[in-house]
Amino acid sequence: VSAARVGVLVFPGSLDDRDMKRGFELCGAEAQLVWHKDARLPELDGIGVPGGFSYGDYLRCGAMARFSPVMRAVLEFAQSGKPVLGVCNGFQILCEAGLLPGALVRNRDLKYVCQDVRVAVEDPGKFRAELPPGRALVMPVKHGEGAYVPDPDHKPRVAFRYVGGSPNGSTDDIAGVANAAGNVVGLMPHPEHATDPLLGSSDGGALLRSFLAACIAARTRR
Amino acid sequence: VTGVRTGKLIVLDLDTSDPAKARALAAEACEKLLANPVIEQYEILS
Repeated sequence: VSAARVGVLVFPGSLDDRDMKRGFELCGAEAQLVWHKDARLPELDGIGVPGGFSYGDYLRCGAMARFSPVMRAVLEFAQSGKPVLGVCNGFQILCEAGLLPGALVRNRDLKYVCQDVRVAVEDPGKFRAELPPGRALVMPVKHGEGAYVPDPDHKPRVAFRYVGGSPNGSTDDIAGVANAAGNVVGLMPHPEHATDPLLGSSDGGALLRSFLAACIAARTRR
Repeated sequence: VTGVRTGKLIVLDLDTSDPAKARALAAEACEKLLANPVIEQYEILS
């Protein structure tokens, strides 16, 4: 099986795009950056939406990115059942774009948090290869608006939950969610910043590899 | 003090003199971008 081909979106203000690309490459993928003005996607098996401050976080975090030319293609890509992973600002973007239910608001303590957190896997949709329910993962968070608020009309599929309390006041300690089909997952912690034991944890690699396994599975089904 | 609220005030200049049309445009802008109904409520003034 050839390597999963993954595109990492780049918006004005994205800042974890290159780290995400590197993370995917460390896990065996063939990764490339995709500029937000590209209305057509290259041949891809999966899409990563990275962290940062797209469009300066003006209005609301992630709100403006939805109108980028690339997002229409991402919407179709996700609706076709192919895997999409959003991290931090990428999670906010996927919520604002309607690909994931709910929204993210200012941290409970109104302060930016930057620390390692422990999350437990619950139902990460199709990204299951190395993520059995109950597995604990240590990854860093770094955000000011990471408190998840569910949409009362769409009960979320909880992919990851903070263990020992959330760092941000998230409802029910939710750290990440999946869409109903299970091919779109978003989370606040950063798997791409936990890919090397030298930096404290390599648990993020398990998540990235599970995403890549779903990419390959979705490709062979086509 | 029995209550306090804060919020955002967004002033739109619209290229129309028809109040109904202006209201419809403002409502569309709120639904599509200016407000996120999961976490925000909005009200169109005047």
